[in-house]
Amino acid sequence: MSHILTILTFLPLVGATVVAFIPRTATAKIRWVALVTSLVTLAWGIGLFLGFDLHHPGLQFVENYPWIESPPVAYHLGVDGLSVLLLLLTVFLAPLAILASWRSIGERVKEFHLLMLALETGMNGVFVAQDLFLFFVFWEAMLIPMYFLIGIWGHERRIYAAVKFILYTMLGSALMLVAILYLYNATGTLELPAILAQLSGPAPPISPKGARWLFLAFFLAFAIKVPLFPLHTWLPDAHVEAPVAGSVILAGVLLKMGTYGILRFCLPLFPEASRQFAPVISVLAVIGILYGSLVSMVQPDLKKLVAYSSVAHLGFVVLGIFAFNPMGLEGAIYQMCNHGVSTGALFILVGMLYDRRHTRLISEFGGLSSVLPVLGAFFLFVTLSSLGLPMLNGFVGEFLIILGAFHRRALYGALAATGVVLAAVYLLWMYQRVFLGEVRSEKNRALADCSGREKLILTAMAAVILGMGVYPQPFLRRLDQSVAEVLARVQPGEEAALVFGSPKGWNDASRVATSSATTFHAPWLLPLPGPERERGPLDLTRDSRRELRDAAPAELKGIAGVACTPGEAPRAGMNRR
Amino acid sequence: MAFLRHIWLIPLLPALGALTQLLAGRRLSNRAVSIVSVGLPGLAFLWALGCFAELLKLAAPTYLTNLYTWLPAGPFRLANGSLAQLNVPVGFQLDPLSAVMLLIVTGVGFVIHVYSIGYMGHEGGYYRFFGYMNLFLFSMLILVLADNYLMMFAGWEGVGLCSYFLIGFYFQRKSAADAGKKAFIVNRIGDAGFLLGVMLITVTFGTLNFQQITEAARSGQFALGNGTLTAICVLLFVGATGKSAQIPLYVWLPDAMEGPTPVSALIHAATMVTAGVYMVARSNALFVLAPKAMLLVAAIGAATALWAASIGLVQNDIKRVLAYSTVSQLGYMFLACGVGAFAAGIFHVMTHAFFKALLFLGAGSVIHALGGEQDMRKMGGLRRKIPITFATFVVGTLAISGIPGFAGFFSKDEILWQAFSSPYGHRLLWFIGWATAGLTAFYMFRLLFMTFAGESRVDAEVAHHLHESPWTMLGPLVVLAVLSVVGGYINWPTERFGHFLEPVFESPFRAAGVQLYGRNDELGLMVLSVAVALAGLGYAWLIYVKRPGLRERLAEPPGILHQILLNKYYVDELYDALFVNRAKNLGNLLAAFDLAVVDGGVNAAGWLTRTSGDLSRFWDKWVIDGLVNVLGFGIKVLSYPVRVIQTGVVQTYAFFIALGVAIFLGYYLVHFRP
Repeated sequence: MSHILTILTFLPLVGATVVAFIPRTATAKIRWVALVTSLVTLAWGIGLFLGFDLHHPGLQFVENYPWIESPPVAYHLGVDGLSVLLLLLTVFLAPLAILASWRSIGERVKEFHLLMLALETGMNGVFVAQDLFLFFVFWEAMLIPMYFLIGIWGHERRIYAAVKFILYTMLGSALMLVAILYLYNATGTLELPAILAQLSGPAPPISPKGARWLFLAFFLAFAIKVPLFPLHTWLPDAHVEAPVAGSVILAGVLLKMGTYGILRFCLPLFPEASRQFAPVISVLAVIGILYGSLVSMVQPDLKKLVAYSSVAHLGFVVLGIFAFNPMGLEGAIYQMCNHGVSTGALFILVGMLYDRRHTRLISEFGGLSSVLPVLGAFFLFVTLSSLGLPMLNGFVGEFLIILGAFHRRALYGALAATGVVLAAVYLLWMYQRVFLGEVRSEKNRALADCSGREKLILTAMAAVILGMGVYPQPFLRRLDQSVAEVLARVQPGEEAALVFGSPKGWNDASRVATSSATTFHAPWLLPLPGPERERGPLDLTRDSRRELRDAAPAELKGIAGVACTPGEAPRAGMNRR
Repeated sequence: MAFLRHIWLIPLLPALGALTQLLAGRRLSNRAVSIVSVGLPGLAFLWALGCFAELLKLAAPTYLTNLYTWLPAGPFRLANGSLAQLNVPVGFQLDPLSAVMLLIVTGVGFVIHVYSIGYMGHEGGYYRFFGYMNLFLFSMLILVLADNYLMMFAGWEGVGLCSYFLIGFYFQRKSAADAGKKAFIVNRIGDAGFLLGVMLITVTFGTLNFQQITEAARSGQFALGNGTLTAICVLLFVGATGKSAQIPLYVWLPDAMEGPTPVSALIHAATMVTAGVYMVARSNALFVLAPKAMLLVAAIGAATALWAASIGLVQNDIKRVLAYSTVSQLGYMFLACGVGAFAAGIFHVMTHAFFKALLFLGAGSVIHALGGEQDMRKMGGLRRKIPITFATFVVGTLAISGIPGFAGFFSKDEILWQAFSSPYGHRLLWFIGWATAGLTAFYMFRLLFMTFAGESRVDAEVAHHLHESPWTMLGPLVVLAVLSVVGGYINWPTERFGHFLEPVFESPFRAAGVQLYGRNDELGLMVLSVAVALAGLGYAWLIYVKRPGLRERLAEPPGILHQILLNKYYVDELYDALFVNRAKNLGNLLAAFDLAVVDGGVNAAGWLTRTSGDLSRFWDKWVIDGLVNVLGFGIKVLSYPVRVIQTGVVQTYAFFIALGVAIFLGYYLVHFRP
């Protein structure tokens, strides 16, 4: 067994240990150690992302050692596509959060970085743990640093926010703990794959009624974290009061743990209950989208505005998940990453404004584009990504989610599309009030534009935003397998039967061969000869392009004339990616 | 096939320009900015010409190529039960329709870029302006070259964004920032409709590729008037009303005049606003199957044409007149599409691009000459001062008014004829179009006369600096003036243009259409429309040239009807009251609800917990602890006497022992005395 995941998880903790031995006055050294640690972790995470096998079913990079004998707790780590993406998001945001706090955190520097690194270990652990006990340990362990980050380095009402945050989450955790114990009692194991096998077996040890209760217990814990309307009120307070790094991690990663949990536990373990509750949850998600947008529109405080926009964005994610189709699920997971990057960037930008003016009130600003052209340009870019402009990341996720929701029920799609309009309203209105017009306040006249450090942070985020919008394939393809497995549980016999890797699937070689004759003339459905598929996505597109070029013009001229009966065309399209 | 094979270079070239300007423009000289940002669109135009030439040589009418898969979705089940997998590529399609648009966008775009060198030369943010203009060209080219709806949507949103940037170019001005935001948000409402149309197409056809959808629609598997197709068409048209400024979403376009004039010419007249027409024409295979949607398109088009023209009659801002005229002309284009005359609609897109760009640039030249003045009440008599601008402006006015011989005549007349004679047409539609033609001639000649004819009403200070524009601005005017004349002869006397577009618009219904009217009817209608245009011209001449005292009349308070028109039927106020304020109120209400009820519930739960804690504390302190304390106190009280004597001092004990002994001894001695 390799130890790739262990290293990924505990590398930040090693860094934290090093930080612990540095004298507290050597702040520069502390910052650098923390930054380098998180950067090394990022590199490790990218390696994991690239090394992830697209076609491998189930978990990868598994580590499994017995830990406690009774109850039988195992140190069981493993990742699938879902985990890999969220891990990448986590390790990407951590160094940026540290870098964003470079100047704004001046007190208790040592404790701050210790906690940040410990937090990163906790977050990574949540995404790799495959044992319920281990998962719960990481889940709880991650709360503690967050509590202190808000409570110590936060703003005016930090104590209220920190306590509210911890109590809210703990309420969910308690329910989840009960559910975990119940599961253990019923199945005799705490390892997720084993429980999954038992529950999906011919004689599941839990009655449908029991499953419903367990679903609710798990779901409530995760819905608080997401947060799903009406469980969201901890979020504006926590976001507003937290320091920049705290807000970034909260919005970027912690909220995703809720949706991760839903995908990892609720759907596969209790598919029947998921289906039963899906309508209610979808309606709540739609309410969250519209409600979050409308409330966001009238917020006088920048951070609160962004916080409420998170409620709307996460509403999209939940809506996508409960659409129970590949578009919805992949879109939801993609949107989780998008939201992490875009909203993280927005919080960093608001933090930069706060560093300069020590206020977050929109009314205090106005006309900043004249004073801060670079910051204004970055702000606009991130705003556009957040409102789902095509060719930036947000659009890919939103499109897939709305398509999935539309496919499930057209009304959901239509209402979600209204959310897209509202996003433009609240974000552009905010941008206008902060950056456009004349400089009204004298205090805003002499602000310094972005420093090199700030440009570095923002450039990194902008590059990711653009890259994920223009070429989403490397991310989406890593999800195929995991999404197919979840769907196979929730919708047995339906879409899942078609997805990658399953024996009856569309990528079956014979099927490609038979369909190729009818599709060759339609380049956008170009089928792939068998051996080429092995080479992966990049080669694939290059090959199809070369093929096209060689085929031109004789083949291409025929395109317009070829009759492609609609019954056949879609099936030909199964040659995915 | 070198040009076609690398057709992706056409959008890429302006994209490179945009990147250069937005990343490094600040450090470049104005000269370098101009070379890069005007040169690259020029190159794109040349490349487009190359592509066009190669397309003509191809045996098939369509060339397709794609770069890579952008967005995969699925697999999912279609409405008819079959399985589909959506793979949206970054793919390009060049057919006669997109070729026409391509040439308009790159050609007129290039000319306007050249003009901007002169017009924007003294403005701050020169590089920023050209960066956005290049970005706009990129997005617009993506829009017209896309081979599928989603990529078209990407371009569609992209042009909206650039429009937002450019309307708000003078972002320090509140009105400009407001107008930019308004444009983007109103467009977004339309876009939501477009997006839903795209969704419905996806779940109906399982693909977003134009070619495949067209083939499926023409395969005969959908009945005429199919409900799903009608819904798709209506949703797409909602998108078109946003981008192409039709009722009810036209309100953003007049405000968009806050942007620099070349922007108004390129984006808000010649190219972007015609995107809706292009999209409807592109979807013609779907629309012809949905007669109800067609009727909607035609009705909205005709209504918008008349509505906007009536507002244009009384506006005093030279650019606003042109803006309402654009809305009105776009109405004509939709009228054409709605009656199934897609080729006529696209023909009008082209001629309109020429003469409306010319008019806007001419207006820009006037504004430039007057140092920024846009109010026509402060113009007049400019024909001698800026003769070249005047001459080209006359050509543009004649063209838009539909005077025979000029480009607008051919395209507008074709539309009116089709509105009358097509199986989808109706006499009422024709009549509205005809009446609008009269209004058009009136307001355009009113504009011309107020600006160039009569005595000068220019402020003395401004008159002093009055000057003809530089050649970088006049050159484009001359080029566009020539195009505004010859543009019409592309389709006359033989219908070359229509035949060229035929592969795109071929339809089983057209062939079946009965020829109800003959050539004489066509000629008769033509005479009628020329007559109404001349009437409009004459009436404008009568009021603004013949009758003296113009200056005094302009100062008079306007009548009620005039007042209503001047205030644009109070539609902005209506929308504010109906939607904008309602939405804000709802937002405030929900925010209060969030704070009071949802969060209130949370805080109440916290309060309840704390209060029960307090209660327990009270119980503990006063009841349980009280009992214990009372018990202790009782024992303490009871034990007091005992405690007093237990001092622990040996002498005391000895004293008491001695005392006791003494008492006993005394007692004994008293009672038992022998």
